[in-house]
Amino acid sequence: MQTLLFLILFPILAACLLLFVKRTTLRYAVVTLSALFIGGASIYLLIRYAFGDAVYFAAPSEGASMAMVAIEMVLALFIIYMGAKFRNYLAIVLAVVQAALVVYLEISFPGSLHAVNNLFVDQLSIIMALIIGIIGSLIAVYAVRYMETYHHHHPEVRDRQGMFFFVIFAFLAAMFGLVFSNNLMWVFFFWEVTTISSFMLIGYSETEEATKNAFRALVMNLLGGVAFVVALIFLAATEPTSGGIDLARVLASGDAAVILIPAVLIGFAGITKAALMPFSSWLLGAMVAPTPVSALLHSSTMVKAGVYILVRFAPVFAGTFAGFSVGLVGGVTFVVASAIAISQSDAKSVLAYSTIANLGLIAACAGVGTYMLVWAAILLIIFHAVAKSLLFLGTGAIEHRIGSRNIEDMEGLIVRMPKMAVMMFIGIAGMFLAPFGMLISKWAAIEAFVQVPFGLIFIAILAYGSAVTVFFWAKWMGKLVAVTRNVERVEKGFLEEPWAPLYIITGLVIAAVFLFPVISSTLIEPYVLAIYGATARLAQANVGIMLLMMALLLVLPVSFFLFRRTAKHLPVYMGGRPATPDLHFAGSLGLTREVQTRNYYLTEYFGEAKLFRPGAVVCTILILASWILAGVPL
Amino acid sequence: MNGLIGAVLFLILAPIAGGLIAGIDRKITARMQGRVGPPLLQPFYDVGKLFEKENVVVTTAQNFYVLAYLVFIALSGAIFFAGGDLLLIIFAFTLAHVFLVLGAYAVHSPYSHIGAERELIQVMAYEPMIILAAVGLYMVTNSFYVADIAAATVPAILYLPGVFLGFAVILTIKLRKSPFDISTSHHAHQEIVKGITTEFSGSTLGQVEIAHWYENIFLLGFVYLFFSWNPVIGVAAVAVTYVAEIFVDNVTARVRWQAALKSGWLAAAVLGLVNLAILSYMTIGGA
Repeated sequence: MQTLLFLILFPILAACLLLFVKRTTLRYAVVTLSALFIGGASIYLLIRYAFGDAVYFAAPSEGASMAMVAIEMVLALFIIYMGAKFRNYLAIVLAVVQAALVVYLEISFPGSLHAVNNLFVDQLSIIMALIIGIIGSLIAVYAVRYMETYHHHHPEVRDRQGMFFFVIFAFLAAMFGLVFSNNLMWVFFFWEVTTISSFMLIGYSETEEATKNAFRALVMNLLGGVAFVVALIFLAATEPTSGGIDLARVLASGDAAVILIPAVLIGFAGITKAALMPFSSWLLGAMVAPTPVSALLHSSTMVKAGVYILVRFAPVFAGTFAGFSVGLVGGVTFVVASAIAISQSDAKSVLAYSTIANLGLIAACAGVGTYMLVWAAILLIIFHAVAKSLLFLGTGAIEHRIGSRNIEDMEGLIVRMPKMAVMMFIGIAGMFLAPFGMLISKWAAIEAFVQVPFGLIFIAILAYGSAVTVFFWAKWMGKLVAVTRNVERVEKGFLEEPWAPLYIITGLVIAAVFLFPVISSTLIEPYVLAIYGATARLAQANVGIMLLMMALLLVLPVSFFLFRRTAKHLPVYMGGRPATPDLHFAGSLGLTREVQTRNYYLTEYFGEAKLFRPGAVVCTILILASWILAGVPL
Repeated sequence: MNGLIGAVLFLILAPIAGGLIAGIDRKITARMQGRVGPPLLQPFYDVGKLFEKENVVVTTAQNFYVLAYLVFIALSGAIFFAGGDLLLIIFAFTLAHVFLVLGAYAVHSPYSHIGAERELIQVMAYEPMIILAAVGLYMVTNSFYVADIAAATVPAILYLPGVFLGFAVILTIKLRKSPFDISTSHHAHQEIVKGITTEFSGSTLGQVEIAHWYENIFLLGFVYLFFSWNPVIGVAAVAVTYVAEIFVDNVTARVRWQAALKSGWLAAAVLGLVNLAILSYMTIGGA
């Protein structure tokens, strides 16, 4: 239990310390050390608890619960203050409603708000803890130097780095709390802390746009929070059958008809937090924040809290129409967001849509909730966290170096920033190509959906979704690998420090492929087995083939040595006109003209304007349908 | 063990069979156009000649991507003939094609750039249908493994007529035949500059050609799976399908990419999904 408490409390300690650190070097030292401790502790957690069943801890209850309610009230006051300051009355209303509901819950059901065990750890918590503890802290390390450069580039932004790192570490603490809590009241408390943390981080630059987007994120997540409290009230009111606020008892409750309603409400909270349609706009708006914040929100925190709760409740959703409906919200989000990603040229925007799409896929798996799908969903969470954090951090580094995060401007990155380009290449490959992890999960999902009644609709979604996914990632890769001539190499001179986290995460993307059979057999399969009594795994032969493919991918670059010497180099074909290697050709009248290449964005078919609204409408209907289906017994 | 033999046989024999089929293809095409046509072995002469050409590149990186393309095409096909998992094979082919596309991007040339974009549109157009075809075969035979599907005694085609027709539509894309040869074409009358392969020459172009032969054999193998309950009918059906593709190739002109994308997606939606929906309705009703 000490490890759990350490992981929750130590980041808070580090956060408080960082509030007062002013010098960058000192901050770097503190952050790096804290990251080492947190990462180390999460690995210790893995060694200590991975090989047994779920372990529950009583943990001090009374005082902690009181403190949490008190902090919730303070946070509500803070939202009301900020809402008043920036005249966002919707946020005030939601905060007041939520606080009122919490007070109502505390007063009306004092007897039903105790869980026997407040904390627990099982394989799913360990996986989440590793993602938060390793990826999250690496992002924090990267952020130190990034923020230094950021303020250098943006002198107009007020330097509030103390607050910034305080929130980042508080965020990590809240995430740890969220995945270790067995008391749903505690889960809700940490849930709210992540909402406020993201609000603070998105609004960091204090521009009008940042404030607006921060409030949008806040409002949408508060909406989910309200649903969460309503679920808690419902659970407390039906304590004898539903199990009250004890997560383990709720999940083990035999009364499916009763717990389905709170499950769908908490699932709705998960949908808002995971930025599924129609709530995806908050995550897109969050791009205004400094890049490490995006990396954190997209990979290891925040949205992962949303899908974590959905995966936790997957056994409740399994086999119900309400769950199917929640799954469809995810499925529609997956295909629509992937399609919109085609039309985006801003790197962060492509990454954001891809995140939304993948969260949708995870939600689809969790909503339908068979054991094979839960297996695939957890795998998706892992691989997405690793690859996506790499891509965000990489985009941040590139933006600082070339002054743009437009994909068109990344043309020829392999020449200008070779190391960075290779890392981005690996990150992108990790998102959609065999034998990398995301593809394994999609593959497993297809095999699983085939066996589900009406699973065909998800198969169709996956078939079209993967097709568009290939398109938007491959054209980005193409830009990176274009060998442009006569351009300057700009990689050197970049601050050395941020590279270490990038190297480590790149290593993790590759290692995840090799370690995936082990991850599956030691962590995912025992969890799925414990819940469902059956588990999925990839056939040995296929694992062998995947490893062979990965080995080939690592070996093939050696072939570069074969080509180097003999080849004769010529400029590209330019319709037969005399041309230079840097794409200039002799035009008419003796003028030299330049050719430029641009990617296809197919806006006419896949534009945001065209697809977003229909997707949002369908998802809204599906969410309402899930509520009705949960309430009305069929 | 059988699997390994299948894989090795594929790696050795597929280029020979693929080249021969290309020769027959050119012969039939010529006859359809009222010409005599080249000798049957002409494709081998052509590729042999390519390997004797001077090694000319725009950038050395292009050789790497094309080699990776060839290696992964051969590997994917080998997994197919080893009786492996159909979905894994489909994804491995996608990986291979991404390498070809990257090779075309790497040279940074206007013609091959457009070819690369169009190739990606083609991938996007055929991918849904090919996944649905695999799922359809699973629904009939209860396995994603090629070995099991080929050994099934059920006539898959009777359950999957729509899926088969849809597959025939995207087969046109995969075989690089009109009207969907939008990224590069075998016919000089379709384009003057060779799209995605514009900047590849000599042995590199030869490798692209060999990869294409490998892939064609895999595709014909896929067609065979629909008829595998009876080998004689199976081989005949493969032959008929291929001749039909040649016919379509010769009576149509290249369409725009929009039409290619819509055709691929509509085939998947109308022929593939409807067929599968009826099939799953039938199996649920029967169970």
